[in-house]
Amino acid sequence: MGDQAVCALNNINLHIASGEYVSIMGPSGSGKSTLLNIIGLLDKPNSGRYELDEKLVTNLSETEQAKIRREKIGFVFQSFHLVPRLTAAENIELPLILSGVPPEQRQIRVNEALQAFELKQRALHRPAELSGGQRQRVAIARATIMQPSVILADEPTGNLDHQIGAEVMSLLEDLHHRGTTLIVVTHDRELGGRAHRQIGMRDGGILMDQSDDTG
Amino acid sequence: MTLVDTLRTSFKTVMSYHIRSLLIILAMALGVGAVIVLTALGDGARNYIINQFSSIGTHLLVVLPGRAETSGSFLGAVLGQTPRDLTLKDAQLLGRLPQIRRYAPLNVGAAELSAANRLREVTVLGSTANLIPIRHMKLAQGNFLMHGTERNAQIVLGAKIAREFFPRSQAVGQRVRLGDSRFLVSGVLASQGETMGFNTDEIVIIPIDYAQTMFNTTSLFRILIEAKSHSDIEPAKQAILAVLRQSHDGEDDTTVITQDAILNTFDRILHALTLAVAGIAAISLIVAGILVMNVMLVAVTQRTAEIGLLKAIGATSTDIRRLFLAEAVWLSVVGAVLGLLLGQLGSLLIRLAYPQLPAWAPSWASIAAITVALLAGILASMLPASKAARMDAINALNKK
Repeated sequence: MGDQAVCALNNINLHIASGEYVSIMGPSGSGKSTLLNIIGLLDKPNSGRYELDEKLVTNLSETEQAKIRREKIGFVFQSFHLVPRLTAAENIELPLILSGVPPEQRQIRVNEALQAFELKQRALHRPAELSGGQRQRVAIARATIMQPSVILADEPTGNLDHQIGAEVMSLLEDLHHRGTTLIVVTHDRELGGRAHRQIGMRDGGILMDQSDDTG
Repeated sequence: MTLVDTLRTSFKTVMSYHIRSLLIILAMALGVGAVIVLTALGDGARNYIINQFSSIGTHLLVVLPGRAETSGSFLGAVLGQTPRDLTLKDAQLLGRLPQIRRYAPLNVGAAELSAANRLREVTVLGSTANLIPIRHMKLAQGNFLMHGTERNAQIVLGAKIAREFFPRSQAVGQRVRLGDSRFLVSGVLASQGETMGFNTDEIVIIPIDYAQTMFNTTSLFRILIEAKSHSDIEPAKQAILAVLRQSHDGEDDTTVITQDAILNTFDRILHALTLAVAGIAAISLIVAGILVMNVMLVAVTQRTAEIGLLKAIGATSTDIRRLFLAEAVWLSVVGAVLGLLLGQLGSLLIRLAYPQLPAWAPSWASIAAITVALLAGILASMLPASKAARMDAINALNKK
C-alpha cells in the first residue's frame, strides 16, 4: 500500500512436468509464495503466460479459474485452514460439495479418505479437538479428495514438530509416488532437499534450479 | 455448488452460531408478531364496531330535524335547536313512500317510574310497535305496544327495570306509574346489553302520543325508517328529503343519515387506523433487517479466512454470495414463521381475554408481514454477501 511498487516476481521462466516433485526454497520475501499463488490460480501475473496442462489459463474468467482450482489443484497450508465449526469429515467433504458431487458419492469418498489418512476415529471431531498432525492430515485429505493433478503445499510442516512434520511429508510424498505433481514451498533446506527438483529463489527471481538424477 | 447444498451448508452455519441466530430470529419474530397482533386488534375493533352498528337495524335511515346549513352547525341539530320541528304528520307522510318498509317516530325523555313501593328515574322512549323490528329488539315476555294502540296506556319495560321492580313476579300485567300517568305492563324486552353506548335494558317504552303529552311537545326527536332493500336506501333518502321539503314549505331543514354511510365511514376510518398501526409495527421489521445486516457484516469479517479457503478450494464468488444470502434467508424464514405463530398466539390470547372482540389477523397482514420480513432480511444481507464475494482469496487466507 506504500507509494513504492514492489515487484514480487520478475522474469520467471519455469516448466514443471506432470508428476514432478519440486521444492521452492528461499528466504522471506523472495517471491516463493507469490509464485505458488500464481501456479494455484489465486493470483494473476501482471504480464507473461501461465499454461496448465498445456492450456493457457492466465486469461480465464474467475469462474473458470475456480473450476480448475476445484478439479486440478489441491492446496495444503501451513496453518491448515480448516473450518473450525465443521467436523474433520465435513472439512474433507467441502471440495466435493463445491463441485456438486451427489451426497451418496460424497459419503463414500469421504470415508475412503478418512480411512486412507487414518482419521476414521476422528471423523466427527472438530479441528479444535485434533492434534496438529491430525489437522494437517485432514487438510491433506481435503486437498486430495478431488484427486487433483497438482498438490501445492505452502510450508506444510511449518506449524508441526519435527517428527510429525516428517510424517506429513511422507504422506505428501506418497501422493507423489502415485503420480500427483507435488510442489512444496519451504524455507527449510532439509525439507526442500527431499524433493527431486529444487528451485532456489531470491528477490523475485530464480537463483537455482537443480534436479536429482534419481528423480 | 447445488442449491440444496447451499441451503444445507448455510443451515448448518446458522445452527452453529446458535445464540447469534436465535437473537436475529427473535427480532424478526417479534416484528412479524407485532404486525399480526396489532392488525388483529385493529381489525377486531373494526369488526366489533361494525357489528354493533349493524345490530341496531337493517337498511336503516334516521331522519332528524335541522341541517348543518340551516342551523349554523350540526351541533344544533343534535341538541334539537332547529328552526322547524319534525312532527308525527311528517312521519306518516314518509310511511307512504314506496321505498319504505316501516317507520317508527321517536321521542326521548326521562321520568320517574314507580311500582311496588319502588321508585327510580328511567329513560322513556315514545314510539310505535314498529320500533321493535326496526331496532332489532327482542321481547322476553308479553307483547310490544300493539299496532294501532298508541293511545292505550301500555308500557314495555327494559330487562333490568323489570328485574328491579318485579324481582319475584311476572312483570307483564302489572300496573306501574310513570310520571303522573298509570300504565299496564304489556311486555319486557330481552336483555341485549349496551349497543353503541345505549343500554336498552334500562329504558321503558310507551306509545308516542303518551310520550308527547308527558313531555309536552309535538316535535319528534327522530324518525327511524327501514328501507325495503339495500338498493332502496339511496332512493328512499332522496324521497324522504323531497317529501319533507314539500311539507316544510320548500325548505331543506332535515337531515337523513343512512346506516350504510355511517358504516362506510367507520369502516374507512378503522381500516386506515389498522393500516397505520401495522405500518408502525412494520418499522420493527426494518430494524430487524438492519440487525441482520450488522450481524452478517460481523460474520463476514469473522469468517474472512474461511472465505479465502473456500475460494482457494474452488468456490466461485457466486457460491460465496449465495452462501451468505442463504443464511439470511434461513434467519428470515424461521423468524417469520415463528413470528406468525407468535402473532396467532397473541391474537388468540386477545380473543380469550376479550371474547366480544373478534381479533383475527386479516390474511393480508400475515402475508405482508412475512413478505416484509423476508425482503428486509434478504436486502439487508446483500451488502455483506457481496462484500464476502468480492474478497481477494490471498488477502482473506492471510487474515488471522
